[in-house]
Amino acid sequence: MDTLRVLVTDDELGMRLGVVRTLRDFVVHVPDVNEEVAFVVDQADSGEEALQQISRQRPDILLLDHKMPGISGLEVLDQLAEMHSDILTIMITAYASIETAVSATKRGAYDFLAKPFTPDELKSTIRKASARLILAKQARKLAREKQQVRFEFIRVLAHELKAPLNAVAGYLDLIQKHALGDRLADYHEMLGRSLVRIDGMNKLIHDLLDLTRIESGKGARRLGVMDLRAAAKAAADTAQTEAESRAIAVRIHADKEVSLLADPGEIEMLLNNLISNAVKYNRDGGSVDVTIMGHDSQATITVADTGIGMARDEVGRIFEEFTRIKNDHTNHIPGSGLGLSIVKKLVQLYEGEVKVESQPQVGTTITVVLNAASPPASCSPLPSGEG
Amino acid sequence: MTIPNEKPTILLVDDDDDFLFQHRLQLENAGFNVIAAQGRAPAEEILARQRPDVAVVDVMMENPDAGFVLCHHIRKQDPSIPVILVTSVNSETGLDFDLATEEDRAWIKADALLAKPIRFEQLRGEIDRLLAIKK
Repeated sequence: MDTLRVLVTDDELGMRLGVVRTLRDFVVHVPDVNEEVAFVVDQADSGEEALQQISRQRPDILLLDHKMPGISGLEVLDQLAEMHSDILTIMITAYASIETAVSATKRGAYDFLAKPFTPDELKSTIRKASARLILAKQARKLAREKQQVRFEFIRVLAHELKAPLNAVAGYLDLIQKHALGDRLADYHEMLGRSLVRIDGMNKLIHDLLDLTRIESGKGARRLGVMDLRAAAKAAADTAQTEAESRAIAVRIHADKEVSLLADPGEIEMLLNNLISNAVKYNRDGGSVDVTIMGHDSQATITVADTGIGMARDEVGRIFEEFTRIKNDHTNHIPGSGLGLSIVKKLVQLYEGEVKVESQPQVGTTITVVLNAASPPASCSPLPSGEG
Repeated sequence: MTIPNEKPTILLVDDDDDFLFQHRLQLENAGFNVIAAQGRAPAEEILARQRPDVAVVDVMMENPDAGFVLCHHIRKQDPSIPVILVTSVNSETGLDFDLATEEDRAWIKADALLAKPIRFEQLRGEIDRLLAIKK
């Protein structure tokens, strides 16, 4: 339960005690965020006393009498404005005139209570003010969390880009220093390795743009009824060069065309990521079996490989951004660590689901269920906190 | 003529293949024996069989703190092996640690800390310094 601090400022003792009594056991429920709020009430009998108390301990809500001996409520408001205070002020006034209302609102008051008011009127005003405060607090917290996630994302991204840059710089330095004398073939190897790292950076930036495009929801989706079997064949062709060089067979299983309302670009991205992973993490001479099935406005894509597989705890992490399973089997396999994050975001766009079964040294099967697209798609801005 | 046995042996541990390639090459050129390990797990396997004269260890490998853990294990196994930690943790996380204070030395079981990207001359200097102390 949250507690809000209320300062009631009035020269009439009876009025102050009335407020204390009314709010003592009062609890407000804020339905939007499902929070309960209780109140602690402090008292001040003049504007001067109120300002002193505020400087010592800032209240959340100020109930402020308009007409008091000494400085008036409106003067208190002015001073608070000068202090750039964000205390929510509710003016209490015996002469509830439009003029006073306008003048106080201009000076930053949030609401009004006309004297005399009933406990229920007080409660209703306080309820409204509390909801506003709690929602504002919640919004600030969310903004902070979002900023934290963004910071973390950029930090990891910087690491992922710095590692290959350092490697390339290291090779250039060695070449410049003629570290290998006149062994030309070795220089050739260093140039080759530099190019591999530059390719890796390129792939990372490419994947990053894909991920950003999906998450931002920007760029119009080009939806149309498309054939997933044909798309899978095209994705298999893309992976063919690497598959052939390692004698990996990529097979597509689908009895007939499988139609789905979808964006061909997104489906291509999804299939490319799944099939290229299945080839990359396979053993030489292994196989990749892609099965496409359709039913109503839903499609199921299963990609099964005979590769290195994963342990149970590793499976849980693979959809996180920049997560790559590091071990003896994967050390030499390049990757951005974003492929499956992209898959997950795409599956969310199609309100589908993704399931992973894996066994170390046996293989991994990823099953993706997609529902026909329902435009316009809404999605969270980059970088989202999940995953 | 150099007698192979007299060459000091450096254990080089980093998850980046290219870092290993480049530093192995330069260390070998400078007259060291080099054993390279691409991560904490293979490094532990090597340490079970062999005692290097100096270990050069990256911090972020299989896990973000794999290097720290490896340092502890090396200390426990053979406190006489000097360890040089190589890391970009400081600049990337804003985590501030070095070996200047007693407090940091108490939990970072390393004899020297180098920030990535490292210059080879710097690494070479630290290795020579630690080998001289050891003798």
